[in-house]
Amino acid sequence: MVAEAGSGHPGGSLSSTDIVTALFFHTLNHRPDEPKWPDRDRFILSKGHCAPILYAALARSGYFPVEDLINLRRIDCHLQGHPDMHKTVGVEISSGSLGQGLSVSVGMALAMRLDKLPGHIFTLMGDGESQEGEIWEAAMAAAHYKTDNLTGIVDANGLQIDGFTSDVMNVEPLAAKYEAFGWSTRQIDGHDMEQIIEALDWSKSVDGPAAIIAKTVKGKGVSFMENQAGWHGKAPASEQKELALAELKEQAEALISGQGEA
Amino acid sequence: MADELKPRATREAYGEALLELGKRHGNVVALDADLSGSTMSKVFAAEFPERFFNVGVAEANMMNMAAGFAISGKIAYASTFAVFATGRAFDQVRQSIAQPNLPVRIVASHGGLTVGEDGCTHQSVEDIGLMRLLPNMKVIVPADFNQTYAAVLESYDTPGPMYIRTGRPLTPFLYQEPPASLGKGADVLREGSDISIFACGIMVVKALEAAEQLKKRDISAEVVNVSILKPIDVDTVTASLEKTGYAVTAEEHSIIGGLGDAVAEVAAEYCPVRMGRVGIKDVFGKSGKPDQLLEEFNLTAAHMVELAGKVLASGK
Repeated sequence: MVAEAGSGHPGGSLSSTDIVTALFFHTLNHRPDEPKWPDRDRFILSKGHCAPILYAALARSGYFPVEDLINLRRIDCHLQGHPDMHKTVGVEISSGSLGQGLSVSVGMALAMRLDKLPGHIFTLMGDGESQEGEIWEAAMAAAHYKTDNLTGIVDANGLQIDGFTSDVMNVEPLAAKYEAFGWSTRQIDGHDMEQIIEALDWSKSVDGPAAIIAKTVKGKGVSFMENQAGWHGKAPASEQKELALAELKEQAEALISGQGEA
Repeated sequence: MADELKPRATREAYGEALLELGKRHGNVVALDADLSGSTMSKVFAAEFPERFFNVGVAEANMMNMAAGFAISGKIAYASTFAVFATGRAFDQVRQSIAQPNLPVRIVASHGGLTVGEDGCTHQSVEDIGLMRLLPNMKVIVPADFNQTYAAVLESYDTPGPMYIRTGRPLTPFLYQEPPASLGKGADVLREGSDISIFACGIMVVKALEAAEQLKKRDISAEVVNVSILKPIDVDTVTASLEKTGYAVTAEEHSIIGGLGDAVAEVAAEYCPVRMGRVGIKDVFGKSGKPDQLLEEFNLTAAHMVELAGKVLASGK
């Protein structure tokens, strides 16, 4: 998708893939044929540059044809470089400028509480994004207003455009920060499906907002992209694309056959 | 002019209108950033605490929370000082309110120099320009208490986002009662044939004074209260320009980006005329009493008269 577009953000999309997969195909109570169903759970992609993984999940869920994905970022396609709620069905909010999604989510959570709606909000952020001060304004507000229906997930892949987050501007310890702000907090391996699903289920049961700090690998699943800051916002060339897809296919097949044996 | 009514601040009208909206509509919510006593959203908060959300000193978060409410079917009123609403939270307003075209009403108080003693950090002279730049955003600067009350009531049913600027000072009444609607937002308050004075906010009263002074010099000035700066009422502005052939604008805002620019844009495209702009001349404000500041920065009827004379003398 990103290779065809010639630009985009593969690294953070791949680090989020397992989390987004767990949400769309296990946790979220949603109706792709009724995108505005009032009782739905909401997924908010605060780190909007990882639109490719959101689009893939929406398409595979049935919100729009999978064939659209190949036209990402093209002038006549609804799939914008960063998510646009009016152009792409299933996108809950427009995002791209970092640090805003959690605040929007707090507003949505409070509105849903006023309306006594049963849905839960899952908001995905980056660890680099957590350098934005507004994230912490929102964290304060969510705890203050005791938003039981809000889960914040940090895709902590440890990298940002200019390098390791620990070198550019250390955001850790994220879990301790959220705890200090009054959130229930868990740290998980963001590529362990059982841990992800268990943590998402847990987050719906706690009082007040819940934070899941998911340790991930940027560029996960593609050997030459893993842990390379350079793959934050760069499209793979044709040969790299073939190699990446072959590696991902191999892993998918191994997972499927592994399941078969179990 | 409704002289018998004692002057009241436009921000007070916001509080009262918001309370009325709260009574009429269950889906109205209000947010404030620790200034509810100044913006007057406290009036709503006292009656509807469950629908009022104080975010503390966190304007960026407030604008995005307002967006979250608006996405979820609420009509969200967010207030703080104009300088913070538009400057501090510009990116939030841009990405999460204007671009998604959401029904958030940013009702910002303390616009302009008449904030007074707090000085330039708190005097917003660029808010109208910032908001006018954003696609989808409507920009409203009511001229008195009653027009503010009407603007806030009318905002409930108006699609998309809106910026309404209110002020701190007591302001004379222009409208006897709240009008049913702001209409297209350009009211000809006084007919004239020699020059058009387009004014907004607290400058409208001064524009009427200027017209009175000009009359003594045998100059017939038309006074137009432009309360909706975007989208501006092109027909009314053009008709007045065609009639008089000269214009002066008056606003408590930078001459860049505000009413002066908005009228000049209409003039340039539809009816080019010589213009003079009364406003803040690309400088920041300073501390002082509101009246002293208006005098020092030439936001006066006398300056309008002087500028009108210069414009008329400049020839076509």
